[in-house]
Amino acid sequence: MSNKSASHETKKPLRASAAKARKASVSQLRSETKASIEEGKNPTSAEKNEPEILVTGAGGTLAQLVISQLRAKHKIVAVDFRHKPQIGSDISSYKLDLNKRAFEDVFRNHNIKKVIHLGRIGAQQSTREARYNANVIGTQKLLDYCAKYKVEQVIVMSTYYVYGANAYNPALIEEDAPLKAAEITMDLVDSVELENLANIYLWKHPEINVTVLRPCNIVGPGINNTMSQLLSSKRAPFLIGFSPLMQFIHVEDMAEAIVRTMEVGASGIYNVAPDDWVSYHKVLELSACKRFPIPAVPLSNARRMSRLLSWKIFPYHLVNYFKYPVIIDSKRFKDTFDFEPKYQMEEIFTYYREMKV
Amino acid sequence: MKLKDRLIRWATDYDVANAMDNMPKPISSLGYDPWGYNLETAKVGMSMVKGVYEKYFRVVTHGLENVPADGRVLIISNHSGVVPIDAGLLSYALATSEINPRATRAMMERFLPTVPFLGNILNEVGAVVGDPINCSKMLERDEAIMVFPEGVRGTGKTFKERYQLQRFGNGFMHLALDYHTPIIPVGITGCEEIMPSIGNIKWLANAMGLPYFPVALPIAIPSKVVINIGEPMIFHGQDESEEAVQAHVEEVKERIRSLIDLGLDEKNGAIL
Repeated sequence: MSNKSASHETKKPLRASAAKARKASVSQLRSETKASIEEGKNPTSAEKNEPEILVTGAGGTLAQLVISQLRAKHKIVAVDFRHKPQIGSDISSYKLDLNKRAFEDVFRNHNIKKVIHLGRIGAQQSTREARYNANVIGTQKLLDYCAKYKVEQVIVMSTYYVYGANAYNPALIEEDAPLKAAEITMDLVDSVELENLANIYLWKHPEINVTVLRPCNIVGPGINNTMSQLLSSKRAPFLIGFSPLMQFIHVEDMAEAIVRTMEVGASGIYNVAPDDWVSYHKVLELSACKRFPIPAVPLSNARRMSRLLSWKIFPYHLVNYFKYPVIIDSKRFKDTFDFEPKYQMEEIFTYYREMKV
Repeated sequence: MKLKDRLIRWATDYDVANAMDNMPKPISSLGYDPWGYNLETAKVGMSMVKGVYEKYFRVVTHGLENVPADGRVLIISNHSGVVPIDAGLLSYALATSEINPRATRAMMERFLPTVPFLGNILNEVGAVVGDPINCSKMLERDEAIMVFPEGVRGTGKTFKERYQLQRFGNGFMHLALDYHTPIIPVGITGCEEIMPSIGNIKWLANAMGLPYFPVALPIAIPSKVVINIGEPMIFHGQDESEEAVQAHVEEVKERIRSLIDLGLDEKNGAIL
């Protein structure tokens, strides 16, 4: 961080009404800066000049697996809006909301050259407005800082949900297919908007290497998304008469895919999924989930039931994904990044089956 | 053994299953392909067709040697019979062929995946939503695609229009040219008499959202069916005008007409 920005920090103290956690993170940033100044260290010393990788959503299992692969060779800065990531003293970690001004201090105080943006609020979490603020507005701020502080590479985590689940979907959807998720439900607008933002930065800031990853269902130990919660449950709902084909990637394979993306550094949009498919009913059988039938006609009743019960494992805005398949083609990712998942489909579900035994 | 597994074993014909095991059909680690095809379900489906194929319609198939053992191929046939029984019979003939067995992919109407149970079952036996992306992806993966270019114009014909080929769509020819895919012409004779229709109640069809509502017997007549499979036709050309594509389509149509005539000669005017 420069002297100018340090003085800027001292001139503009944070408001007293700021949350405790935010205060703690900001004060940590300040103390680091103060300490370096007191010790007579130049903020542009060799240590500060060492390029660093910012990982958002660092408290999550996926991010921690990514960090564990990168920390030996790279200097990492970990940020999470939920809690301060506990990942060792060698890593600077902060509890910060991307929408707060204090987030910029991370860029001021560290020489961030690469960003792995995994800090999204999932489709089953929080309200629509909160998700929009965190996922879209927050990402916009992040990308603005990336441009301002001359970040070289940004990896943005999206989801296959953006393609939308409808009866007319072809199989093996490629990256240039229209994003129809917003047609199905307004609750996925934030996912589509996040992608639009990343696309805008792809052409607006060609100097930043922006890569958008659209993975299929990420599952495995520690993962807490809709599908992982569903497979962990003893009883899983299904729509009577429908068993859509699905794709799954193990969290360790996904972490490997992110690291490969960072190492190879090719920009663009990529689907990430194994070349393997399985029907929903078979998934439930392999995961030892007892099936719970839900009438599929009319579909609005299934949505209403889900909304009334606040069903996290069968959220009303994802009901279509339990009716129609969304099968993505990951050939482009495999060819560009020379990536092949290690986990076989059956191995992935063993974890959920053994959990119930 | 679970009840479901016992039912599948009971419904699967041993000979049909053995024949289908020889098909060059790539499937994933858990038995599916990206369009939902499942070999075990397809075996049950074909086992159910066996009796209909051999005993009820006494199908005779000629020219199975013309179907390539592997690689992408477009199987183009005439279409008739009010309900598309011809698709099932042709699929069975190709899947259980002793020479070059192939799993064929039929294109289905877009509304079918919205129908509970039916959509999934059709996917698992090999049917796919008729979408150009699906077709191109399948050809890239060396699948055998079965196309009826007459579409509902063929199955919706009345009995007095039998054996009059309706207008062919050009889509299959664009695929053949773009993906350098051989075309196997097929003439099916006998399905025109299976469910003779004397008219179409258009207002009822419109009210029900169906392409046609035939005035026909609700049962299938056991007409003898003859399938003639022609030699591969190979077309070359990139970015050809629609007129040139249409000319290629007419060539295929003529070839199918001659294969139908061969079947009619073999049947020699007999219906049953």
